[in-house]
Amino acid sequence: MSVALAIVAAGFALAIGLGLYARLGREMGLEQWTVGGRGFGTALVFLLMAGEIYTTFTFLGGSGIAYGKGGPAYYILCYLTLAYVTSYWLLPPVWRYAKQHGLYTQPDFFARKYGSPALGMLVASVGLVALVPYLVLQLKGLGIIVSTASYGAISSTAAVWIGAAALTAYVVVSGVHGSAWTAVIKDTTILALVIFLGIYLPLHYYGSYDGLFRAIEAAKPGFLALPERGQSPVWFSTTVLLTALGGYMWPHTFASLYTAREPGAFRRNAVLLPVYQLINLFVFMIGFTAVLQVPGLAGSEVDLSLFKLSLASFPPWFIGLIGATGVLTALVPGSMILIAGVTLVANNLVRPMRPGMDDAATARLCKILVPVLALVCVGFTLSGGDTIVQLLLMGYNFVTQLFPCFIASLLPRNPVSRPAAAAGIVAGVATVAATVLSGFSLSKLPILGPLQDVNVGVAALVVNLAVTAAVARLTRADTASQAQVA
Amino acid sequence: MRNLRWLAALPFIGILIGPFFLNRVEPFVLGLPLLLAWLVFCVIGTSVVMALIYRADPENRASGDPR
Repeated sequence: MSVALAIVAAGFALAIGLGLYARLGREMGLEQWTVGGRGFGTALVFLLMAGEIYTTFTFLGGSGIAYGKGGPAYYILCYLTLAYVTSYWLLPPVWRYAKQHGLYTQPDFFARKYGSPALGMLVASVGLVALVPYLVLQLKGLGIIVSTASYGAISSTAAVWIGAAALTAYVVVSGVHGSAWTAVIKDTTILALVIFLGIYLPLHYYGSYDGLFRAIEAAKPGFLALPERGQSPVWFSTTVLLTALGGYMWPHTFASLYTAREPGAFRRNAVLLPVYQLINLFVFMIGFTAVLQVPGLAGSEVDLSLFKLSLASFPPWFIGLIGATGVLTALVPGSMILIAGVTLVANNLVRPMRPGMDDAATARLCKILVPVLALVCVGFTLSGGDTIVQLLLMGYNFVTQLFPCFIASLLPRNPVSRPAAAAGIVAGVATVAATVLSGFSLSKLPILGPLQDVNVGVAALVVNLAVTAAVARLTRADTASQAQVA
Repeated sequence: MRNLRWLAALPFIGILIGPFFLNRVEPFVLGLPLLLAWLVFCVIGTSVVMALIYRADPENRASGDPR
């Protein structure tokens, strides 16, 4: 029992130690703190971007979805693959523009491209609303992991507090350098662990993958494919497309691309990251093995399938190892989200209001805000109602609404005007919020036939595009007539 | 060979359209359910396609960056 706990504690200590070590010999100005002085090589950029793939969500949630839903879980494997394909062409121009103009955050990009700090504030607000639930999810996962791995000796509440404190400490001291170095350890350990579990567990219980899948197919026919209705191929296709578009629109992911030393890093990563994702396959195997071995988990309990299966299969020291790895998977994305969140507030919400503010003052404000944002998230985690689940559902669809005006801004002659961009984002976000809050779903409209299963985020994106196009038209006519007057 | 970049459409076709035709558990391919096997193939295929595009892209030679 104490063995497991000691190993989890050691994992924590290692993460914090590395995080603090990462700062050595560096003056932590705003540029170093937020974007690593734009000096990360291919390997570190790779790990920061791959850090996206292996969050607590993948670790617990990925096996949980495979366990609870079966076939629909495959979407996890697919959406980032498509996002990486587009990244080959989209990221290098963004990086060049960011470097040329000294940008630190995602809203900086929109504000500069559209010449409007106000649009930056809008983008920052959307990003912040999407980020907070994401961080809450990491903290929740951390709580589950530590309390399970300590066999209940540490309550999940205590674990959340410890985790938030650790995050705050190393984010304040080392900024994104800390995230990068912890990411190195995290990816190594999770890679080893997930591959081991994904091979050992199915073979131990079933002898082969073939045996595993045949057993599931015999017990639950069709579970390993997509259902006819609900999460059908229509759902799959639209969801993968939407999340692929939104993949790089998260503020912390967008900001992580500024850390690169040169744009070739993205092109190389676009080649490597798709296969790297196949690690998810092993995560699925763990969840699938649990289906018939630890049956009966329902609701949010499915996220515990990996742990329940492991508790039944391994000695305590190994549970400790899983726990320590789980802690790392929460800390790395957690720290990146925290950095992105506070920079959004300091650089894009506060700074435009106070014209005299320089980089040094912004950096100071960032560091003051870190514990504040961490506390807010701890509050949500511990009080956590359904609201947070709803916010999380909205998060991905929220950030996807930034895609149309992002893409337009990369065109040689941007057809979208400032008010059109803002109106489109507002309309899209409002549609997402309205559908999620009212519990509306297309399945209530039987006339749509198979189209009922279209992800409702597509509707929001369509509204967004329509409003953007309409306003762009109106404002173009406006400026044209103004030009005539002048 | 600038035209090679159109290969990048293949992952989209495979992943977004494929499941409509291959949404089945059996036959198993290399021990995997058919749909999963197809998607894994698409993911690996994506890396291959991107590698071809990378090699053919003059940007990656012209810039001459060391790493």
